[in-house]
Order: sequence, then C-alpha cells, then structure tokens
Amino acid sequence: MLGLNKKDFGLLTIVIILTVFAPFILNPFPEGSALAQFNAGYPDLMQRLVIFGIFAIGFNILFGLTGYLSFGHAAFLGAGSYAGIWMIKLLTLNIIPAIVASVIVAGLFSLLVGWISLRRSGIYFSILTLAFAQMSYSLAYSVLTPITGGETGLQPKVADPRIFDAPLAEGVTPRANFFGMFMNDSYELSVAGWVFTFNVGYYIAAIFLVIAFYISIRIFRSPFGLMLRAVKSNQQRLNYTGVQSKPYTLAAFVISGMYAGLAGGLLVAMDTQAGAERMFWTASGEVVLMTILGGSGTLIGPVLGAGFIKYFENIVSKINEGILQAWFSFMPEFLQEFFVAIFYPFIGKGWHLTLGLIFMLVVIFLPGGLMEGGQKISNLFKKKSKTDSGSGSAAPEAAE
Amino acid sequence: MDAIILQILNGLDKGSAYALIALGLTLIFGTLGVVNFAHGALFMIGAFVAVTISRLLTFSHVVLDETKTDFLGNPLKVEVPYIYDIFGEAAGNTIIDWSVPISILFAIPIMILIGVIMERGLIRHFYKRPHADQILVTFGLAIVLQEIIKYFYGANPIPTPAPEAFKGSFDFGAMLGMEGAGIIYPYWRLVYFAFSAIIIGAVFAFLQFTTFGMVVRAGMADRETVGLLGINIDKRFTIMFGLAAAVAGLAGVMYTPINSPNYHMGMDFLVLSFVVVVVGGMGSLSGAVLAGFLLGILESFASMTVVLETLPGINQIIIYLVAIIVLLTRPRGLMGKAGVMEE
Amino acid sequence: MGILEVKGVNKSFGGLQALSDVNLNVEEGTVHAIIGPNGAGKSTLLNCFIGKLIPDSGTVLFDNHSLLGKQPHEINQLGVSRVFQTPEIFSDLSVFENVIIACFAKRDGAFELNALVSVASQTDMHEKAEQMLIDVNMIDKRDEIASSLSRGDKRRLEMAMCLAQDPKLLLLDEPTAGMARADTNNTIDLLKEIQAARGITMAIIEHDMHVVFSLAEKISVLAQGTVIVEDAPENIKGNPKVQEAYLGGAQ
Repeated sequence: MLGLNKKDFGLLTIVIILTVFAPFILNPFPEGSALAQFNAGYPDLMQRLVIFGIFAIGFNILFGLTGYLSFGHAAFLGAGSYAGIWMIKLLTLNIIPAIVASVIVAGLFSLLVGWISLRRSGIYFSILTLAFAQMSYSLAYSVLTPITGGETGLQPKVADPRIFDAPLAEGVTPRANFFGMFMNDSYELSVAGWVFTFNVGYYIAAIFLVIAFYISIRIFRSPFGLMLRAVKSNQQRLNYTGVQSKPYTLAAFVISGMYAGLAGGLLVAMDTQAGAERMFWTASGEVVLMTILGGSGTLIGPVLGAGFIKYFENIVSKINEGILQAWFSFMPEFLQEFFVAIFYPFIGKGWHLTLGLIFMLVVIFLPGGLMEGGQKISNLFKKKSKTDSGSGSAAPEAAE
Repeated sequence: MDAIILQILNGLDKGSAYALIALGLTLIFGTLGVVNFAHGALFMIGAFVAVTISRLLTFSHVVLDETKTDFLGNPLKVEVPYIYDIFGEAAGNTIIDWSVPISILFAIPIMILIGVIMERGLIRHFYKRPHADQILVTFGLAIVLQEIIKYFYGANPIPTPAPEAFKGSFDFGAMLGMEGAGIIYPYWRLVYFAFSAIIIGAVFAFLQFTTFGMVVRAGMADRETVGLLGINIDKRFTIMFGLAAAVAGLAGVMYTPINSPNYHMGMDFLVLSFVVVVVGGMGSLSGAVLAGFLLGILESFASMTVVLETLPGINQIIIYLVAIIVLLTRPRGLMGKAGVMEE
Repeated sequence: MGILEVKGVNKSFGGLQALSDVNLNVEEGTVHAIIGPNGAGKSTLLNCFIGKLIPDSGTVLFDNHSLLGKQPHEINQLGVSRVFQTPEIFSDLSVFENVIIACFAKRDGAFELNALVSVASQTDMHEKAEQMLIDVNMIDKRDEIASSLSRGDKRRLEMAMCLAQDPKLLLLDEPTAGMARADTNNTIDLLKEIQAARGITMAIIEHDMHVVFSLAEKISVLAQGTVIVEDAPENIKGNPKVQEAYLGGAQ
C-alpha cells in the first residue's frame, strides 16, 4: 500500500495513530492529580515533539544511512526559521509560504555547506560542519542583525508589510494561520477529571511529520537509500563498483538539510519568532543525541528519540525541590534529605547535566539506541519461547 | 607599524591558549587516535582550579577586633583568612595576591589525575570504537563536566585577578625605541605568552630528548610496530593523556586573569581549538602550535577598526573562514602528514 | 589489438625507477597473468591501471579509453571490475543487497537520484542479482549478513558483484593471497568456471605460481620494473631469463 511493504505500512500506521491520539496518550493523568505534572498533552510541548521528530528523521537520513556525522545541522534549522519569519513579515501570516521558503532556503544553504564539507570525510567532515554552523551563529548574532534581528531575534510586528494580508485591526496581535485556522487555537475536551487539548498547530505539524516519515521510509527502501548504506559500509568498494559517492552523500545532506528547514519553518509557524540560539552547536548536538538515542539508521528510532528527549526536557525542567521532597516524603527525614540532595542537581535547571549523562550512557552501553535495546529484549523473549532459527534473515530488514 | 605590532601582541595571548589546547588535542589524537571533545572542559577545569585555590586561600573565620569598634561601641567583627594565622598578615596577603600562579602547583597533580581517570575510566574503552562514537561520548562528557562546574560555581563569570605586580600595562613601544607610539600592553598577557612558550618548549623537549618521548613519537608514527617491540605503549599513552590534560589545565589556570572564567569557556575554546588542529594538520604537533598562534594573531587583526569598517563582523568568523579555505586547498592542513585520518 | 594496452609506461619515485618502458597487451577473452618477484613493480603497475598513479610517460588504454588519472567509478563504468587482495564487500549489508547494488550501479551509472522507487519493485534487478548468486553457488546464503561469511564465500560474493556488472575486464589483484590451499583451489575453480561460462577477459596480478599456471593463457613476467618476457605458460617455465630474474630474485 502506498508503495510500502506490509511491515513498513504497519510502521506508518503506528506513527499516524500515535500522532492522531497524542492528546490522549500524552495526558494519561487527570487534571489536578499528583501525577498531572507528567502530562505532556499541552499544545506547546506536543508541537515541539513532532517538530523535533521531523528534524531527527531528516538527520537520520544523513547520519543513519551514510554514517557522516554532521555537527552543524542546527544551522539549517535556524536558516529555515529566518526564512519562515520573513515570509510571515513580508507576505502573509498564512504559514504555507513560510514553510515552503524555509525548506527551499535550508536546502540551498545545505547544498553550499555540503558541497564544501563533503570534500572531506570522517572527523574533518564533522569539524567542517561544526565550523560552518558556528560561523552562521556568530554572523546571525552580529553582522547579519538587519536580517536576523541579532540578539532579540525576529517577531511579526503590526507594522510589517504583509502584502497579501488585509491590514490588521488596531490592537490585534499578528497570529500565524492556515487559511484562517489559527495555530494557537485549541479545542478542549473535558471528560470526567481529564482535560484533553486538540490544537490546530499541533495537528498541522503532525501532518507534516507523517509525510516526512513516509518519505523517509521510501528513501530507506529505495536504491538510493541502499547506495547510502553502501557508502557507510565500504566506500572504496562502492567506488570500484562504478558509483560516485559524493553526489549520493551530497543529496542525502541536502535532503536532511531540507528536513531541518521544514522543522525550522514549523517552529516559526507555531511560535512566530526566530533567533540565533537555534543555530548554536548545542542544538546540533541535541539532534545527534535524539537520533542515536532512538537508534540511528532505524526508521522509527529518531522519532522516538526526539519524543523522549523533548518530553523529559520538559518534565525534568519542571520538577523542583518541593516536588522532590514530596516524592521522598515517605522516608525517614534524613533519607529524604539525602535523596533530595542527590537528585537535586539533575532536575530543573540541571536538565543539561541529565542530558549529558544520558548521552554518555547511550553511547557507552547502547550504541544502537532504544531500538536495539528493545530488539535485544524481544530477542531474549523469543529465544525463551521457542528456538526459532532464521534470526539471520531478520537483521538487515529489521532496521525499522 | 605600531598598530601592527599591537595587534600581533594582542593576538599572542589568545593564540597561546589556542596553541596549548590544540597541542594537547593533537597529542591525544596522535597517540591514542581519539578525538577528544572534552578537551576544552579540561581547560575550563584548570581555570576553576585557580578559582578554587583563590577561594580556599581567602577562606576566613570571624574574629572580634578589640582595637576597633563599630558605631555602637562594640568590638568590630572582621573576617580573617586562615592563611593569616599560619603565615602572618603580610605573608598571607602576598600569598592571596599570588593565588593564580600558586594554583599552578596544585593544578598539575589535579589535572594529571583527572586526565588519567578519564583515560582509564572512559576513553580507553573507545579506542576500537568508530570515531563518531568517540566524538559523541566525549561530547557528552564535556556537557557533564561543564554542568557540574555550573552547579557548584554558578553561571556568572568569576573575576580572578593577577598578582598586583603584574596588574596594569606597560609601553611596549618604548622598549622598541618607539616612544609615544602607544603600544600599551598589559603585563599579564606577556606573562601568559612567556608561560605558554615555556610549556610548549617543555613538551617538545620532553618528546624530543627523553626515551619516553621517543617511544611516544614512534607510537604516533606507527602504533603497531611499537607494540610489536614489546613496549607497553598503553601505559605510556595513559601518562600522555594526563600530560595533555595538565597542559590544557595550566593554560586555563593562567588564563583566568585575562578572562574571568565561566562554565562554558571550555566549549568556546574547544570549537576554535579543533579548527586550529585541523588547520595545523591533524597529528602534527608543530602544526598545532603554529596554527594556534597564526589564527590568534589573525583574529586580532580582524578585530581592528579599520578592518571591521570594510568587512563588518569578520573578527567573528575569520578563524572558521581560514579553516574552510585551508581544508579546501590543503586538505591535510598546514603541516599535516599523509595518511592521518584519511579513511 | 588488445582490450587493455599498456605502452611505454615509465614511473619513478624520487631516484627510483619503479617502472621502465612497460609494454603489455591483454587480448580480449583471455586470461593474462602478470607475475614477478617482490618489488618488481606489480603494484605500481596496478595503481597505474586504476588511476591512482599517473605514469611519467606512456599510455594505458582500455577499450581505446585512457585510464590515466581516472576516478575509480569512471574506470568501473568503462567496464573494468576489480577484485581485491582481501575481499572488499559491504560487510554490514546482506549478501543479496551486496549483489543488487552492483546491478543498480551497472544499470543506473555513477549517480541516480531514484530515492522514491522501492528496491523491491525492481524485479528485473532482483532476478539478475539472484541469478548471479546462483552462478557462484551462494543462493542459499542470500539473506546472510556479508560480514558473517567465510573468507572463501566473501571471495565468491565479491566475484558475484563483479560479474553482475558484465565487465569487459576483470582485474584481479593477488586473489588468493593469504589463503589456505583448499581456498586457493576453490578460487581457481571458480575463476575457471567463470572463464569457461562467460569468456571474460581477466588480468591477474599474482605471486603464486600455482594459481598462475593453472589459469593463465598468457603470462607477462615483470622484473625490476620492466616486462622481460611475455609468452604462453608452457614457454615461461623453461625460459632461462625468467628463472634467473624471477626465481633468482625470489631467493
């Protein structure tokens, strides 16, 4: 169906179901209950979950398939954001031109960066991409202020030209929309103690995620994707098999750059602002982490990784000392103090510390990411239930 | 002419820092074959060793000074550093004043220890893993280290002054017989440059003239052969890692008076130092040092008002720009050897 | 006129003359071996075939195209497939994927952005890849990961990949180096089979006399950077020049 085999179609269905029902799935706890802080079903977070999912899917097409580790992909996300916000300022508050422009601009920018960086491989490639991203970041912060807004970034103003839009009434704040549907409009459904929020922006971003995921499956299963995996496996053999690797890697680089641009454009569509900090190298590092955490080279892994990171970033950042004390309140006081003291550095503003630790633990113990971890566990169960041979054939295709 | 000399001088201190970090990076890369993204964190830790030592030295207890009274007539409470109790007030003050240079003594063993722990505990297990994994795990470590420092020392820069004797500036032009040329240069920057030159000289001499250094250099050239000779290369490489950590740490200690240390200084320098290593040529020690100074000076020239008027913002990107041009025209860097990291 | 023609090739490194006036002519449909003692210039000559080294003078013509300075993929697309000393395969991919990559490379050329068609839908390529695996007797290992194969099977797989490209010339660089006798014999049999079934032109650069004399129809003996004899195997064995240069040099 849709040019996919049964298994891949199943995966796509899973992603569609997860995104459609995310407002329910992410809000399992009743409003006002003690566990409500673990709910993630509010628009802002759900939007970010799917947008960074798109970013990671794209990054995985480059890193997961070819093995080229780019440390500068945030630059494309940032470039896409700037392109998007300009469309909103100049043309219209409708998000379509903004998203189209982000993808195009990020694509062109990644073509330039990729064309230069891909002349080298390995560590040189990583450092070149890092250098480009840091350069873009510095420029966006300083010289390019007329285009990027420098430190303050860019937001739509009432006075912007917006040549396709009717002038806004006095006192109305400019809001991004999709043919009249506003991104920050939500419908709230109250059932018993639960409150579920269905947000326009989220569902639009989710549609893009599903499309992005579908295209990524097609790429993975295409001869092109096979060639990219061959680049990772043995570039010398590939060249002596008559294939020129550079155009393949460059195409993968540009495709992943366009995915990053799409993510950047969607970010702008949701919060109508753009700033240089989106290009900082930590942002590039984060997408690397999402991809490897989920499982680089697998189809669904990066989506899971992005969801995992963004979810925990949100939850962990919200926990404060009071909440910790409440958790450990069942213990004797000295134990309670002890555990609070231990966990305190990792919560709230300590999220980056937690992130760094997750990073290290994943690389050390689970280089294949969550997907590999899950597979190992399920293999364990399979072996126990029956001694089924044929595990060899499962390995290459099982790269979901 | 005077402007040019001034810019060269201005570039020397940053160049020195780049050179020292890049030297350590290259040592680690050349000997262990590991790309260490946590190396900048070692520089930062060095700086915070200086901060800690200066705090410890001024660690005080409260005494009642009977000779003075506050406005209510009670004896005045004054904070007296413990160091006064040991050495007396005058000597104590000198020691506090010289806290940054004194930190060097403490930083050397601390940094070597940290380096050895890092190598034994983490890096060692990544020798055979792909470069991407090495980058990622050391990147994670760098984040962890800088967040730990942030947790204990806060996010704001902590001023750590140089000894009184080296505060202020002097007229370098006068020394060159160019009175009134206005080449005013802070003393401490000169100290930093001289210090870096000594460290770099010491590292090169160590590698050149000791048997240990000879083995390490041989190992950098061809690890397998040296291994076949029955020499325990691994142990030496651990020591090498400790040494590289110490070099980065010392660079950090002495840098504190120039720029108040903050938790992200390591990453700021690391990214640039990587670029320096690549420009110098991966695996070339002299290339790393040369490129460090060259890029430091270049950056300082790019910050001149005249340059900025014609090319605004060039000071922010000059190093990256040079790196890109060098990599495209001389893929192995200025002094890189063939066959290093070429895949 | 031969399919691979080497004329007057000279190459020196510094003061050392690695190749001096090398002339070779590989006839279409034959198995041509290039032998010589260590340091005779075999690998320098090979590097001139594959574009890695550019001779100081002379020409290397394949099918009337100069190979000098060409990129590996260009040389392959002209019709030269290369078999390496140690089998070079895509070890993370399955046996079948290894072969179908070669099929795609033959059909689509050096680059083709066919990112949205699925591999599964390319039935003609599937059939071809499977046929190749049948030809080298590996169809039962179709779905195994290439890295798990035995060394002999890796060699077979590499051969299947080369054959999938219908090469005009198969360039073999010491295909049995480091192999046990049994594996060597298997490789010889495989090459013989392929030669018999398809009549592919082969140029073998080899050290092992046993391999050379079992396969080659014509032998060029390289010594001190130049071809001292080019003749049929039966005439090579008795040639005093060869005995002196090769066997003497091998001591």
